[in-house]
Amino acid sequence: MSTTLFTNAKLIDPEAGTVTSGAVVVRNGKIADVLTQNTDLDEDTLAPVNFDHVIDCNRKHLAPGIVDIGVKVCEPGERHKESFGSAGLAAAAGGVTTMVTRPDTDPVIDNPEALEFVIRRAREAAPVNVLPMAALTKGRAGREMTEIGFLLDAGAVAFTDCDHVVGDTKVFGRALTYARSLGALVLGHPQDPGLSAGAAATSGKFASLRGLSGVSPMAERMGLDRDIAMIEMTGAKYHADQITAARALPPLERAKQNGFDITAGTSIHHLTLNALDVADYRTFFKIKPPLRDEEDRLAIAQAVASGLIDVISSMHTPQDEESKRLPFEAAASGAVALETLLPAAMRLFHSDHITLPQLWRAMSLNPAKRLGLDCGRLAPGAPADLVLFDPHAPFVMDRATLHSKSRNTPFDGARMQGKVLATYVAGKSVYQKQ
Amino acid sequence: MTFTHRHLLGIEHLRPEEIVTLLDLAEDYVTLNRSAEKHSDALAGLTQINMFFENSTRTQASFELAGKRLGADVMNMAMQASSIAKGETLIDTAMTLNAMHPDLLVVRHPHSGAVDLLAQKVNCAVLNAGDGRHEHPTQALLDALTIRRAKGRLHRLSIAICGDIAHSRVARSNIMLLGKMENRIRLIGPPTLMPSGIGEFGVEVYDDMAEGLADVDVVMMLRLQRERMDGGFIPSEREYFHRFGLDAEKLSHAKPDAIVMHPGPMNRGVEIDGELADDINRSVIQDQVEMGVAVRMAAMDLLARNQRKLKGAA
Repeated sequence: MSTTLFTNAKLIDPEAGTVTSGAVVVRNGKIADVLTQNTDLDEDTLAPVNFDHVIDCNRKHLAPGIVDIGVKVCEPGERHKESFGSAGLAAAAGGVTTMVTRPDTDPVIDNPEALEFVIRRAREAAPVNVLPMAALTKGRAGREMTEIGFLLDAGAVAFTDCDHVVGDTKVFGRALTYARSLGALVLGHPQDPGLSAGAAATSGKFASLRGLSGVSPMAERMGLDRDIAMIEMTGAKYHADQITAARALPPLERAKQNGFDITAGTSIHHLTLNALDVADYRTFFKIKPPLRDEEDRLAIAQAVASGLIDVISSMHTPQDEESKRLPFEAAASGAVALETLLPAAMRLFHSDHITLPQLWRAMSLNPAKRLGLDCGRLAPGAPADLVLFDPHAPFVMDRATLHSKSRNTPFDGARMQGKVLATYVAGKSVYQKQ
Repeated sequence: MTFTHRHLLGIEHLRPEEIVTLLDLAEDYVTLNRSAEKHSDALAGLTQINMFFENSTRTQASFELAGKRLGADVMNMAMQASSIAKGETLIDTAMTLNAMHPDLLVVRHPHSGAVDLLAQKVNCAVLNAGDGRHEHPTQALLDALTIRRAKGRLHRLSIAICGDIAHSRVARSNIMLLGKMENRIRLIGPPTLMPSGIGEFGVEVYDDMAEGLADVDVVMMLRLQRERMDGGFIPSEREYFHRFGLDAEKLSHAKPDAIVMHPGPMNRGVEIDGELADDINRSVIQDQVEMGVAVRMAAMDLLARNQRKLKGAA
């Protein structure tokens, strides 16, 4: 029986919604005890002789590791952009202890054999937990559903066609119905495919001045409205991958009030950047859906704080230099974010928009709950997936320091606050800041 | 002289006094171009490369002639037929050309922002000859010169820009230039051809020609691309001409001495009535072509001077 004591920490408990001084006892990879000021922090219990290892947290913050839904690892197909090894290191350095990977690789993860490859590669190469998602339709083409049953058996934790919207509602309805019968979670991408076709920016003055084809945020509302009707029809278990527009919030709220099995996520970039950051065609800021206006950003941050939006994701999307060094409309979408998720989230904490427990509810507790995992909590019995960090440590982001093979971060050169000091998966250290 | 830029990528970053400097110099070149000996040595010894990633006859000819009259060695590259078709990226093409030491690069590209991107990668001066729907600065400058010569001033005029504003780089550059010079700008066209966020541009927007043209000094028509005519943005060519095509009746709402402009090439009978386009009392369309050469000479001259200064300083 190996025991470790994490002492002298500030504990972020997303379930209780508190930050308290205390200690955590880890036994055999699981949290055995959480000791806070209010309970028994006496010297006898904490005597180092009682433990195999003692880690002095130096009054820094200790929280459940981040559970990141929607990470793109480019295996199979584009290993030069990101491998399980490089993504795993990036995740560990970013405090992400569970990566929930996307199936939009080349080829698509739409059959059990491909899924087994992913699971094997992840086990060999990644130091953090990797849980794969599988495609909802074959080839993400929106015509035939995948072998949802076999894929579930093989270890798929959710089903999604990522940014390909299943346009045929008959196909989508059947896939949702079939998934429901197996209790499988389906991730949707709320976006009207017609309205958003070819768009590189959010419509408005900025897009018009830059001469970029734009999409109205209304396309997201329309996509969500449609998906909500489909959930009402099928009773499916549904998670919207990214809600980024203020106009999509009222229908989301109504759907939740109506008792539908719906949750929603958003991306860290939509919470911390806005459409104007694109400035003179900076392609590292080209993401999907495109960055929104400041009013939308604030409304989404508010919705995360209130709990209307359940999950914050990095939407980590590696792209190499060749895919980004192109005219804006021709450049690939997406940004890497496993390592910048936590410092970017600290911006929301320092600006008093979202508290630390609220952030960990969205980055750790809720995604774990939604996927039926027992992590994401700072409670006895939960796996000892932990992140130790300093929310105040300042630094200037230098993309050359990233562990990802691709370094397409919009935060290059940005002043940030919040550094991961150490990351633990099942009680074992997977990252230590040098 | 006030004109400090290394490139001419758009109107957005020009100050009003820089616009005036450029137009004043262009006036000298109008005089030169009308003389028997149409030649200067302002660009002697310099190499100008015209890179057109999009078809163009007039603009390319205008830049070519402007360069030749200033004594530059001018080379035209038809980029569609070249390495781009073989999969070479824009940046690689730029680096290759850069290694040949050109002094002036004139670029047209179908993507907004592509010319900005290219300018970051080369050492020479870059002139934007039109990028996507973003900017077409020399067109706006030649329009400004045409207006200034016809109206005697370039401020406090009422100017209507009509037609497909949404897809037009000419409209964007003109809105910026004429706005900087403190004119009153009206945009007229069907709402499907207006860009999003137009309410924040500081312009007046109309969808009725008679109303929009009331008492304007300048009527600027835009070309309607063929591929936008059928059903997508407007119901049909004939309905468009009926509602938004410029004819004598619609023009009668403008000031009696209002001038008619068009960046060309015209679709006679779609956006403009053929007879009106040829009416020498109203139409300044041929003047625009003439001013185009002079403005491009002035722009290249200024950029070459700035380049010499930079090199002298180094």
